[in-house]
Amino acid sequence: MSDVPISHILFVSTALFFIGMYGLFTRRNMITMLMAIELILNSVNINFVVFNKYLYPENLDGIFFTIFIITIAAAEAAVAIAIIINLYRSHRSIDVENAGEMKW
Amino acid sequence: MTTRKIFRSAIWLLFSLIGIAALYFWLQVEFIAAVQIIVYVGGIVVLIIFSIFLTQQSGNEMPKQPLKRTITSALAVLFGFGLTFLQIWKYNFQPSTKNFDWSVSKIGSQMLGTKAAGYALPFEVVSMLLLAAMIGCIVIAMKAPGSATSGKAKEEKLETIKEASEIEITINEITGT
Repeated sequence: MSDVPISHILFVSTALFFIGMYGLFTRRNMITMLMAIELILNSVNINFVVFNKYLYPENLDGIFFTIFIITIAAAEAAVAIAIIINLYRSHRSIDVENAGEMKW
Repeated sequence: MTTRKIFRSAIWLLFSLIGIAALYFWLQVEFIAAVQIIVYVGGIVVLIIFSIFLTQQSGNEMPKQPLKRTITSALAVLFGFGLTFLQIWKYNFQPSTKNFDWSVSKIGSQMLGTKAAGYALPFEVVSMLLLAAMIGCIVIAMKAPGSATSGKAKEEKLETIKEASEIEITINEITGT
């Protein structure tokens, strides 16, 4: 079961991270950018669990970090979607280029 | 990420999250896999699909991105990926031979422990953060009185918040036992 080397799993998580980065760079739609952020957070979670399991199996710190990241990601998604829906109601658009007036 | 229909990308996100949960199952950390399925697949993806339906017509295609931006970001991402994976490959991790034993009771007692490796303080901080997020959602959802759509929208927001707090309660219950 654990004869798969750690770098193969790290390959998956790195690929996931950079796919999320690509989405964050190219997309200008707020919901899509939120999805890209979820992908990035998930790849970080995979990294935490894998390092905990393979390199430091006597501790549980990676699992705790994963649980906290999942919790915070849930809160962040709820707040972000509330903001997006409110912005859509006032601007009829969820494009980040059109939301520049939030800066002031 | 490359499809131009936003609803399709949400469905692909759902499948990739399920795949990540399967990876956790395969790594034999079933607790994290369960939390992943409950929170992400059950909560966040549902919220995202919900907000897609609220904010735009799902059949509409998103506007095409400028080619320059696509090429630049694809190059940056490819080089970043190559560099990172080269580092990982060169480092040659040595896996530990010890046995990885986790159990839900161990996680729970360490999470609420105040000893050297206890996580009681971050747990409380996360609880405060969730409370703040809940209050923030309510404040955002409250519109100026008199607008016609505010009542309905507020109900929707409250549903959202309720779902998030249910998720947190589930996590607390699972970890507390």
